[in-house]
Amino acid sequence: MNDPVDVLIIGAGASGAAVAWSLADTRMHILCLEQGGWMNPATYPSTGRDWEARAFGDYSPSPNIRARPEDYPINDDNSPIKIVNFNGVGGGTVMYTAHFPRLHPSDFRVRSLDGVADDWPIDYDTLVPFFEENDRMMGVSGLAGDPGVPPRKPPMPPLPLGRSGTRLAKAMNRLGWHWWPSDTTVATADYEGRARCINLGHCTPACAQGAKASTDITYWPVAQRAGVELRTHCRVREITTDEQGMAAGVVYYDADGIEQFQAAHVVVLACNGVGTPRLLLNSASGRFPNGLANSSGLVGRNLMFHPYAQVYGYVDEPTDSNRAPPTCLWSKEFYETDPSRGFARGYTFQFGRGVGPVAEAVASEAKGLLPWGAGHHAAFRRLNGHRLGLSAICEDLPEEHNRVTLDPVLKDSHGIPAPRIDYRIGENTARMMEHGIAHAKEILAAAEATDICVNSPILYGGWHLLGTARMGADPARSVVNEWGRSHDVKNLFIVDGSLFVTSGGVNPTSTIQALALYIADQMKQRLANLFD
Amino acid sequence: MSADSSLTPAHRGDLRVIAGTMIPASAEFDVPGADDPAIQADIVATLGRDAVLVREALDQLARLAGSPLADLDPARREAVAMELRAKGGPAVATLTRVVLQCYYRDDRVVRSLGLEPRPPYPKGHVLEDGDWSLLDPVRARPPMWRRA
Repeated sequence: MNDPVDVLIIGAGASGAAVAWSLADTRMHILCLEQGGWMNPATYPSTGRDWEARAFGDYSPSPNIRARPEDYPINDDNSPIKIVNFNGVGGGTVMYTAHFPRLHPSDFRVRSLDGVADDWPIDYDTLVPFFEENDRMMGVSGLAGDPGVPPRKPPMPPLPLGRSGTRLAKAMNRLGWHWWPSDTTVATADYEGRARCINLGHCTPACAQGAKASTDITYWPVAQRAGVELRTHCRVREITTDEQGMAAGVVYYDADGIEQFQAAHVVVLACNGVGTPRLLLNSASGRFPNGLANSSGLVGRNLMFHPYAQVYGYVDEPTDSNRAPPTCLWSKEFYETDPSRGFARGYTFQFGRGVGPVAEAVASEAKGLLPWGAGHHAAFRRLNGHRLGLSAICEDLPEEHNRVTLDPVLKDSHGIPAPRIDYRIGENTARMMEHGIAHAKEILAAAEATDICVNSPILYGGWHLLGTARMGADPARSVVNEWGRSHDVKNLFIVDGSLFVTSGGVNPTSTIQALALYIADQMKQRLANLFD
Repeated sequence: MSADSSLTPAHRGDLRVIAGTMIPASAEFDVPGADDPAIQADIVATLGRDAVLVREALDQLARLAGSPLADLDPARREAVAMELRAKGGPAVATLTRVVLQCYYRDDRVVRSLGLEPRPPYPKGHVLEDGDWSLLDPVRARPPMWRRA
């Protein structure tokens, strides 16, 4: 029997690390259980000659392909967008592009402003101090003065424009459209013990240099020094409740596969928008027959991705290709709602720099641009190192039929029911994606790119897992309240992307972490009456 | 069964020929074909989790060819290869990928592309800063985001 802890956090990724660090100054006994282990940068793909090939194997973004012991399977057959994630200390921040925009103020007021979905119970201004705190902790590179977003002061200068950024910037200027160097968590200077970026160019499947912020090298070392305990290779099966209907603790399997019980006074879920509803649904009991914290019936519903409409082409001069971080520029030209476009809400354009030779060869062969036989070599030399592309990160509106449930058959390596995804792209989103494709083609035409290719949606593009335990003031329409506490179970909190009421049109990690810090702050302010 | 022994001699023979059909040697670019022994050895040694689908693709190829691919005349061999490519599917895509990923990491091929045959870490690359005056017209714009 493990000694009870004050706070038990499940998941050591983006939000779990942030909430652990913030709560550490309470001097409470804080324990985090993480199903994966610590990462070893010496084994990251960019350290070996097979650096590109591993993206199709043990460093695939899909847990179903990657199939590491830390991963759990996901039945996403009934979705045009497949789930991608990473399990380990650092979670999804180990395997992300480090593109770090924030949600906009209008994203919190979509019903009031645009008549769709629901307003959030909090606003942008509430999160500003936590955005800023998170920017310092993660180490954000960027450039102040962007007219496309509210004022912010990134602590490090932006990534260089490079060849790709320069060509894209000129194209955007020809069109008169907004662009700006992206905020990114790639360190452009030595920062808090992290070495600066040296352009390994293969950022997404983990950074061997340690220049990309992942919470295993940002929040966790500080949180552990402050006394937070982190137990790795511990997979939680269910949250148990006591006779008062409060969370009593969790049942988990330890590193040896032994079933353990861990009692806790407070349980915090930080398992992402698929893992969190999975765990709540797996915690059904006589008192909570439809899953824990699910009196609203909304646990697992309103799943939102950001469907990516990706468009790329080839130019006559070399681009940065794999010789620089993939993050480059963003554009907010089509972010805010314009009714004349035929859809509500909008999207961010995220510009890329290109890809390496293997990725180029595989993609071009699949698109029919790269022939077999005698013409192969000349064609490849025209394509390789000449790619220029961008993606529309489209806001996905919440729809209850898009959901996470438990698969009746599929189980993980511990026999725990796996999640099943049922998802389809909504009409508003589909119109937005078409708009994005058309305008991306205009940009590429202005950049004088040819051989235009489209991936819409990006198949393995389910990076952003949002909305499946939404926050709100009304217990009938939300799972947690405006500061992350379950309406039903008053010592149960959620701090991950499940909270999102709407998705915005940006990569969500910055906002997820700001929310986690905000909720931790609320908990600290209410310690005397946290369960009232 | 290890990955190295997961292909039969017939599989290996067809793999060599189909790879060479996909990417033939080129004197113009001074590169080997994907049927080069070193590249073939890399493919076979690193099949790993792809072995099942690669075997499936090679079985499909054998059915289309009706005999070892090497025994066919060049025109027929190319026709069979194109038929396999046109049929597509996960197995053929995997076969194609494993050939490409090993070919485009071979030292000779990488050098021919003007690249260094090395992993990205620890040397990294140099990225040009670019001309930040390109931002001037954007800086001049009024705020675009909606206050809420």
